[in-house]
Amino acid sequence: MSPSALVGLAVALPLAGAGLVLALGKWPNLREAATLATGIALFASVVSLLGPVRAGLRPTLTLMEVVPGLSLGFQAEPLGLLFALVASFLWVVTSLYSIGYMRGHHEEHQTRFYTFFAISIASAMGVAFSANLFTLFAFYEALTLCTFPLVTHHGTEKARRAGRIYLGILLTTSVAFQLLAIIWTWQLAGTLDFRPGGILAGTASKGVLSVLLVLFVFGVGKAAVMPFHRWLPAAMVAPTPVSALLHAVAVVKAGVFTILKVAVYVFGLDLMGTLAATPWMAWVAATTIILASLVAFTKDNLKARLAYSTISQLSYIVLGAMLANRWGIIGGGMHIAMHAFGKITLFFGAGAVLVAAHETEISRMHGLGRTMPITFGAFFIGALSIVGVPPAGGAWSKWFLGLGTLEAGQIWLLAVLMLSSLLTLVYLLEVPARAFFGMPPEGEVRPEGIHEAPWPSVLALVITAVVTLVLFVHPGPVFDLVSLVVPR
Amino acid sequence: MKILGLYNYWIVIGLMMIGFYTMISRGNLVKKLVGLSVFQTSVMILYISMGKILGGTAPILIEGRENVVYTNPIPSVLILTAIVVGVATLAVGLALVVRIKEAYGTIEEDEIHEQDDVM
Amino acid sequence: MSPHLPVLQVVVPLLAAPVAALVRRPRLSWLVAFLAALWAFGSAVTLLHHVLSVGPISYHIGDWAPPWGIEYRVDQVNAFVLVIVSGIAAVVLPYARASVEWEIENERIPLFYTALILCMTGLLGITVTGDVFNVFVFLEISSLSAYALIAMGQDRRALTAAYQYLIMGSVGATFIVIGIGLMYVMTGTLNMADLAQRLPAMEANRTIPVAFAFLTVGISLKLALFPLHLWLPNAYAYAPSTVTAFIASTATKVAVYMLLRFIFTVFGVAFSFDVMNLDRILTPLALAAIVFMSLSAIYQPNVKRLLAYSSVAQIGYMVLGISLASVLGVAAGILHLFNHALIKGALFMAMGCVMYRVGSVRIEAMAGLGRTMPFTMAAFVVGGLSLIGVPLTVGFISKLYLVRAALEQGMWPVAVLVLVGSLLAVIYVWKVVEVAYFRQPIGDGSIREAPLSLLIPTWVLVLANIWFGIDAKLTAGVAIRAAQALLGVGS
Repeated sequence: MSPSALVGLAVALPLAGAGLVLALGKWPNLREAATLATGIALFASVVSLLGPVRAGLRPTLTLMEVVPGLSLGFQAEPLGLLFALVASFLWVVTSLYSIGYMRGHHEEHQTRFYTFFAISIASAMGVAFSANLFTLFAFYEALTLCTFPLVTHHGTEKARRAGRIYLGILLTTSVAFQLLAIIWTWQLAGTLDFRPGGILAGTASKGVLSVLLVLFVFGVGKAAVMPFHRWLPAAMVAPTPVSALLHAVAVVKAGVFTILKVAVYVFGLDLMGTLAATPWMAWVAATTIILASLVAFTKDNLKARLAYSTISQLSYIVLGAMLANRWGIIGGGMHIAMHAFGKITLFFGAGAVLVAAHETEISRMHGLGRTMPITFGAFFIGALSIVGVPPAGGAWSKWFLGLGTLEAGQIWLLAVLMLSSLLTLVYLLEVPARAFFGMPPEGEVRPEGIHEAPWPSVLALVITAVVTLVLFVHPGPVFDLVSLVVPR
Repeated sequence: MKILGLYNYWIVIGLMMIGFYTMISRGNLVKKLVGLSVFQTSVMILYISMGKILGGTAPILIEGRENVVYTNPIPSVLILTAIVVGVATLAVGLALVVRIKEAYGTIEEDEIHEQDDVM
Repeated sequence: MSPHLPVLQVVVPLLAAPVAALVRRPRLSWLVAFLAALWAFGSAVTLLHHVLSVGPISYHIGDWAPPWGIEYRVDQVNAFVLVIVSGIAAVVLPYARASVEWEIENERIPLFYTALILCMTGLLGITVTGDVFNVFVFLEISSLSAYALIAMGQDRRALTAAYQYLIMGSVGATFIVIGIGLMYVMTGTLNMADLAQRLPAMEANRTIPVAFAFLTVGISLKLALFPLHLWLPNAYAYAPSTVTAFIASTATKVAVYMLLRFIFTVFGVAFSFDVMNLDRILTPLALAAIVFMSLSAIYQPNVKRLLAYSSVAQIGYMVLGISLASVLGVAAGILHLFNHALIKGALFMAMGCVMYRVGSVRIEAMAGLGRTMPFTMAAFVVGGLSLIGVPLTVGFISKLYLVRAALEQGMWPVAVLVLVGSLLAVIYVWKVVEVAYFRQPIGDGSIREAPLSLLIPTWVLVLANIWFGIDAKLTAGVAIRAAQALLGVGS
């Protein structure tokens, strides 16, 4: 199959899978098999694009012209391919995890869950492979809308309120800021295509372009830059597989991916370096990094703590984009992969603890590590990646981001990175420490019979933790892929 | 000449304002329709008086005579149509008033509002 | 293509109306109405095709040459509007069969269809004619039949709503007549093209601006431009479902077309915008409509009333596009004519389905409908997303052009307010969605999905929303060409 067709297949496959899941709703095992099969097929098609893209090809598939001058089209380029690889691989793993979780937790409406999951992945693929800002925006909004049923899955009053915050913040930022910025870009540049070197050079004054940059950064609400971050902790009301894939991988990564893409292919790094707004946005990202880490300290609910950790880590990538230099982009791009694997391991762990031990608060997780060693061991490895120390993959992305700050001459930002690593160390490693070494308070006895979570979930946990370790030893493939985005 | 000579326009404006005021200030539905009717009539007078040419004769072609000044027939023709429209509007309006009386028991606007607000 | 098609466009439905009245049986009168609508749609599409490929058509009624005779002139703008009006009629009529039988007594049904066809005839006539007094005549034909149609609603408030519409609508029509009369006094002609040639010489005279003012205010009353919109919410809310679906999608659109014709073709851009400063009046009013009416919609307990306020806000979008007076702006306005007809048509038809099964259109009555009437609510959700302006729907295309037109002129506060309107739409659409999907169904479980004869036309419009949102080349292309024709710039 030609590479162009493969690109289209990447978006179409999950949609077809969604239809299949809907049809097979009455037979749970067949339904789950359909999800897994679609996921594996998707990953296979995305992987087969790796060769052509590495060779320098940019397979393009233009679906149709929507209005004169704007078309709906896809193109495989290195950054998008990286996002697609991460998302499609983790879809398979998360589906495996979900089987164990949803059944172990006796969740309702499972068919609806798997159906909208598949549609969300299709939207994420659409974002990853978009050839222009219009296509990206279309799938970005689709992603918001089709994750809404997943966030509000439980249908409770709490879920409804969380859904309102989710939709409210994401739609407000995307319509009021991002859409304005996109149409403005169309007006200035006459096109919305992604091109190496950007499309905005020389189209307007530096002041106007600075405003445009600010609109884009705040308009991409999915990147959770403060103060538009509240939707992330609100979305934690969803079942853990949703939090894991969507809010550690697909939704948030779509956000930071958009920012990276806009930085490289709409503005162009050279132009960005000359804008007054760029260093300001870098500092906004830095503030988010520190503030989110501080808030994470105060959270006793494990998922809430992980949510704020995610907000902090996402701004690493935004920072990388705002450094407007080669190392910043490489670091940011690599962090898409590293953070995804690390964070998803953490969320898997949180869900496993919920299903197996029925605990959500960290203060009550003392001693669990002794009965759930695999879970908390994996959690430990994932935490190392987020902190950014060897032997976990996150060390590399942190390293390159640090190089980026030095190249940009911003020592203070390097200090921010160091400080946040320290904070992350404390608030994340508290969990496995308490689990392995904690003692229950006087008179409290833990109920008997707590084992590991159901085996599909544990298997998923182990896979992502192992990949995190592998990424440390073999960062080459990821590094090479991202380097193609910013050739010397 | 200037002000008194335009007496037709003054009459039109006067009737128009009387009609409009009646529509706005009276709460009785039939009185509102009467006001609307007066309002539309004033416009008809506007047209007809516009068509009249001083010293002009009826617009019937006189054979064999040159340089005759005829009054403009077109505004009168237009107003025939407008009169029909006005009659139809009045008819529909009055039919609605009859139905409203059946449904509400009154044709005073404020009493109708009271009944609706209670709902 | 028959050379008489422009006049047959109006005459055939006009003759079908008394036939529908004389045929006593409800089903037969429905059939007459449906055939008339189909015919009108086919004729309109043929006319549009001809105009796009060959050029504008000029038809002289009775072979009397203009400006003495009445001329029917079809160009890109009104051919497009003809297609909209007749298209909506052709989709609403299959829907009407079941809906009308449920909402209106049997003896009145033939008269109902008579009035419906007359309304359509009037709207088609306004669109196709090139004579200003003819516009008034057809305007009154469509308005009078609309008053009668609205009054047939089940709720007794339909009567007072129709009465209020009658009073305000007649005032508007009379203002238009005054404007026409004043123009005739100064130029001696009623033909639009002729007026366009003669008016510039008369502009110094005070009568012409007065005529312009009367015309604009009169048309704005028909258009429901804020603050002359007071008749609209009640009229839409209490009319029968079919009537709301039809009128919401057509009547105000034709009034917008009238505004376009008078501003651009008869008076001309220079007079309207440079001398009379129309943009300074229209732009603030349009923005006020968008913001205040969207806010009002949020607080309505009756969903049809909510959608009615939303319609006034959407009309604000159309007028905003026109007041920008650029090719992009006017094209955005014309495009939204088409798109909004699709959006509101679909939404009101979905509400008609709800009315059919549930018997009420209050928000509380819609609890749990996501489960008991999935296809109806899905239609509502897609229509709502289109109203908000989500990409891949028609609503997005309109917003795209409108914001771009505003940015092209450097009016970024206007662009921001347009997007704020979208966000307000999210609030009131989501109110309904939440009630339908998050609450338990009330009642004894007797609510089933709406019948196919209601669902299929609704979904035709819903799918059209998506189709023309993904492939907008045709509609955007026609809108741009129409705008170019109106503004007198080359293509």
